[in-house]
Amino acid sequence: MSWWTSPASDTQVTHGARFWLYVVAAIIMLLLVIPTFIVIPMSFSDSQYLEFPPSNWSVRWYDEYFGSSKWMRATVTSLQLGVLTMLLATPLGTMAAYALFVSRHKVTKVIFMLLITPLIVPVILIAIGVFYAFGRVGLNNSIPGLVIAHTAMATPLVMIVITAALRSYDLNQERVARSLGATRLKAFFTITLPQIKFSVITSALLSFLTSFDEVIIAIFVSGGSNATLTKRMFSALRDFIDPTIAAISTIMVLVSTILLLATQAIGSKGKKS
Amino acid sequence: MNCEGGMESGDKRLLNAKALKAQEIKEQWTLMSLAGPTLLIIVLVIFIPVGWLFYLSFIDGDGQFTLEHYRKMIEYKSYARTFVTTFEVSLLTTLICIVIGYPLAYFLALLPARWSGIFMLAVLLPFWTSLLVRTYAWLVLLQRKGILNDFGQHIGLWDSPIKLVHNMTGTLIGMAHIMLPFLVLPLYGAMKKIDQNMMYAASNLGASPVKAFWQVYFPLSLPGMVAGSLIVFVLCLGFYVTPAVLGGGRVIMVATQITAILENQFNWGSASALGVVLLFATVVVLYLAARFFKLDAALFGKS
Repeated sequence: MSWWTSPASDTQVTHGARFWLYVVAAIIMLLLVIPTFIVIPMSFSDSQYLEFPPSNWSVRWYDEYFGSSKWMRATVTSLQLGVLTMLLATPLGTMAAYALFVSRHKVTKVIFMLLITPLIVPVILIAIGVFYAFGRVGLNNSIPGLVIAHTAMATPLVMIVITAALRSYDLNQERVARSLGATRLKAFFTITLPQIKFSVITSALLSFLTSFDEVIIAIFVSGGSNATLTKRMFSALRDFIDPTIAAISTIMVLVSTILLLATQAIGSKGKKS
Repeated sequence: MNCEGGMESGDKRLLNAKALKAQEIKEQWTLMSLAGPTLLIIVLVIFIPVGWLFYLSFIDGDGQFTLEHYRKMIEYKSYARTFVTTFEVSLLTTLICIVIGYPLAYFLALLPARWSGIFMLAVLLPFWTSLLVRTYAWLVLLQRKGILNDFGQHIGLWDSPIKLVHNMTGTLIGMAHIMLPFLVLPLYGAMKKIDQNMMYAASNLGASPVKAFWQVYFPLSLPGMVAGSLIVFVLCLGFYVTPAVLGGGRVIMVATQITAILENQFNWGSASALGVVLLFATVVVLYLAARFFKLDAALFGKS
């Protein structure tokens, strides 16, 4: 009996009968992944124009990127924002998720809904609103302003990840610690936190990426010497296509691949322990 | 210990009732205060600015109350066209995502855990990659001398290069690619929760695999599909970057229009009014969905 005629499940389906599904899924997965990786060969092209496959290879766009103070400055700004957002959103989101999960008060549901509104309100509306409000208090084009705005966007994601982790964690362990004399704070840090730490790390990476990849708020609120990488990339894409973007994109794909694989590794580790 | 003892401890509790109640309230408030900083940030970034825009949308140049900004939306044809385009793009993107995403989610759900983890990377990797990068990639792929045009001509699908980008086609391709994970992930979650015994039972009772799929599996996967489609649709409504780049100025969606109004006319009233309508449309869609499909269970996974 070959693989083709062998059963795929216990319901009379053979792999042969399901082969079309495997083909369709393979094509879709290729279509999903190829556009992400196509930027890598593009970035090593020697041509001004978008040709594929490139006829001559070079690293001139990397030279261009690393040699340009404009791009370097934008990169530093974006990294700075990503790290600051991560440092702010992760503890705040974790605190809020814990509080709302543990408290039995009736209003917790309402507060949870209020706190995840950044996921519901169209980002363009948040962007122009923040642009207008920050303009009134002079926070536009400033790092603190952008960090606050990006933290608001990242915190709901942290809350969702941490709430999911708390759901699969037995809170009685913390009660035991407290009945043995630990304060709530001590019980949280010594009992609960070590058990949800992988989710905390995942949410930290997620909030870094949320800020690092954020475009629309950055287009409005960042500017001048504090323009983010995404803002510069967007205007470069809209106005004329600068192949330097291919080099930057390659680096960004590399960063997100590493972060994703890190969370996957963390996830499987978390399941084992 | 305090559960037993009947009357005796009952009396004790009664004696301490006031203190206990006070302590409980204090504890609840201490806990709630942990959510305070986050609430403050959300109020500063979302509620005050959006509220301010709401106010601005009813104010004219002289600071008087007006409905002019909303009236303009009904009177001018360009606004109507923008809303139609936005709705069209959102609906088509959602439909494309369902057609492409369902088989993919089904395939992933059928795989044993070891393999689905690996193939799932194909969904997660684009999800984690900047949407600017992906939009740029499609710009490269779809251009006149791009791979897709070359390939199409090579195998004889069309003779001369066809226009795949800077129009509706390019926008839809790019948006579907960006939105697909938002559909596949909840759908996969719903499919994974389907009890395999249901399929065995259907098969045991004489249903062919195709019949069992349509009568048992598909209906059970619907909540996940509805949740995913809603996320996609709502995200599409307010989408800006991809239509702006891949649409090449020919696909004007609400978000594009808002930016254009601000850049060209600096008219905060009109831009705000358009934003308020966008928010209203989003909330209505979510509200209706929550009513008809018990959305919170599907979205927030009450397991």
